[in-house]
Amino acid sequence: MPISVIGKMEVKRLQVINEQGQADASLISLLPDSIYNKFFETITLARLYNQRALSLQREGRLGTYASILGQEASQIGSALAFDPSDWIIPSFRESGVLIAMGYPMRLLYRYWMGDERGMSCPEGLNILPMCVPVGSQLTHSVGVGMGIKHKGEKKAVAVYFGDGASSRGDFHEGLNLAGVFKLPVVFLCQNNQWAISVPRSAQSAGATIAERAFSYGFEGIQVDGNDVAAVYKATKDAVDKAKAGGGPTLIECFTYRLDDHTTSDDATRYRSRDEVEAWKAREPLIRLKLFMEKKGLWSKAYEDEVIKKASDAVDAAIKEAEAMSPPDAADMIRFTNKELTLRQKRELEELEG
Amino acid sequence: MPWTKIYGNKADFEKAGGAGAGLRGLTYREALHEAASQLLESDQNVFVMGEGVDDGGGVFGSTLNLHKRFGSDRVMDTPLAENALTGIAIGAAASGMRPILVHMRIDFMPLTMDQIINHAAKWSYMFGGAVSVPLTIRSIIGRGWGSAAQHSQSLQSLFANIPGLKVVMPSTPYDAKGLLRASVYDGNPVMFIEHRWLYEHMGHVPIEPYTVPIGKSITRRNGKDVTIAAVSQMVFEAMQAAELLAADGIDCEVIDLRTIRPLDSDAVIESVTKTGALIVADTGWASCGIGAELAARLVERAHGALKAPLKRINFADCPTPASPALEKAYYPDRHTIAAAVRETFELKRSNG
Repeated sequence: MPISVIGKMEVKRLQVINEQGQADASLISLLPDSIYNKFFETITLARLYNQRALSLQREGRLGTYASILGQEASQIGSALAFDPSDWIIPSFRESGVLIAMGYPMRLLYRYWMGDERGMSCPEGLNILPMCVPVGSQLTHSVGVGMGIKHKGEKKAVAVYFGDGASSRGDFHEGLNLAGVFKLPVVFLCQNNQWAISVPRSAQSAGATIAERAFSYGFEGIQVDGNDVAAVYKATKDAVDKAKAGGGPTLIECFTYRLDDHTTSDDATRYRSRDEVEAWKAREPLIRLKLFMEKKGLWSKAYEDEVIKKASDAVDAAIKEAEAMSPPDAADMIRFTNKELTLRQKRELEELEG
Repeated sequence: MPWTKIYGNKADFEKAGGAGAGLRGLTYREALHEAASQLLESDQNVFVMGEGVDDGGGVFGSTLNLHKRFGSDRVMDTPLAENALTGIAIGAAASGMRPILVHMRIDFMPLTMDQIINHAAKWSYMFGGAVSVPLTIRSIIGRGWGSAAQHSQSLQSLFANIPGLKVVMPSTPYDAKGLLRASVYDGNPVMFIEHRWLYEHMGHVPIEPYTVPIGKSITRRNGKDVTIAAVSQMVFEAMQAAELLAADGIDCEVIDLRTIRPLDSDAVIESVTKTGALIVADTGWASCGIGAELAARLVERAHGALKAPLKRINFADCPTPASPALEKAYYPDRHTIAAAVRETFELKRSNG
């Protein structure tokens, strides 16, 4: 036979809770009830944090900010599948991931107010600073995975990036090498349909981003990124596989960025109101609440209590962030090298007067 | 010190007395190999990666057969993906490893600039000093291999511009071994730039591990008339020039900068205060280069020290040629340096 089929690709998509709040019985039994309260409370907290960040920006109390509205399930569902000792490598839109990992909100606010100390990761967490260059962090995750493998640790790496980053060479190089070295990395593509003004359809002729894993020799899966249970389940499976030595996984969280790219952008110039409205009806909290209500895990009183608690936490974080004294001018010299050069010492002396 | 001496090859080394008296000679290539070997032996966090580190050439012999001794997961051959490999090495360094990444030609490094400049150089600062990137990137410059514009460049000044990086350029086997170890334990990202023409040079190298301090120059020759500050292979050319000039009664002081970021300008300024004349011999282009920086610092800190105009020995301001005829015209050597020194010396004398 001159032509024979030598490979076949299967692209899977996972949904656990549909838009009407109905759950797949076989899948839902795999997750403990307590996790849904954790989902709800973390998403509520992240959403309030986000809302306040946008208000503070408009009031001139915070710099340019990248909203997470609409993507909370993709961020929080995935982050909660990791342990605090695992490595988290975020892009700039991962405030929800950091909040889910227990990163102090006061530091996040401080970061967006323009303060390097906001990215000084507290003890007990392994979170690299938010990567602003698009996609560069993909290769860092492979290196961190390599370090874990060398040391024989039972840890996994989460690396977050958008659909835009999937067009970069770093995506190909990072995934390819993670596959070659069989490293414990979970590639979490936050496909929010828009790379600033470039739609997903213009990003690649491939039908999904998940299917690209096939060519790197490991598993890729698309999940309903507005279904927090599906994101959690797929990520947890990938984390367990990574820690058991099974190598990397690519998870495409199919979601939507409901807000502008950042506060410096105006998305109404490039996408229709109808499109945005359709996705608003699919946002993650609606179905989660419906599902939890059916299970007896949600009530109005419970929600009020969660909002009150989250709101107090956000207020306190803003207060603390704004009360922080500005950094010492000498810090900019102090932290540039592990030990200062002679020139840096002289400049430091000048700054210290 | 015997190991501060420079020998262009094994024959010269042996003519000068060679080994003996408890001393041992190694080539630059062997010194690099021994440094890597000792690091891999004593520190499980050290690993070597790069395209071809385990092949029959072994990066011009400098990593030859190390994979057989330490395993291919510690001396790792990699697919060609320069930016990714650099990012991976940064990630590994941030998680506690001490990688030595090898790029066989510095000309491949422009592909890695995002990772080196936007990430490796910045993380200590961005993390408030909490995380460092103890990464060593070996790369090789050269001349005369006919590979021209995209394979024979000397790009050290690009890196020397960036806060957070260090840039070392060893010129002797002793320094190659000691600076490689110092780079691996420096705690900052270090660009370790070797010169292919130095690989056969031979010198005394102690067998035990040692470090050479990063940021310290060394005076290779004391003299009173003209200071020549040089790096890498140009140090050897400067020493040869000094010999030629000594026959004419011109006494040169030769300073091997060894590191160009941080740059030991204090030593150069001190020397020029004594000699009143400075020639800077670099392996690369002049604009915004090592000579420009040294000249600026000299003027800032000791503007009256010069008794004759400063001269810079560099590549011509054009890409590196392929043709042997053009290469001959392009690359400065001991004669270029000697001519510059003579001219400077005359001007200094006529200026009284």
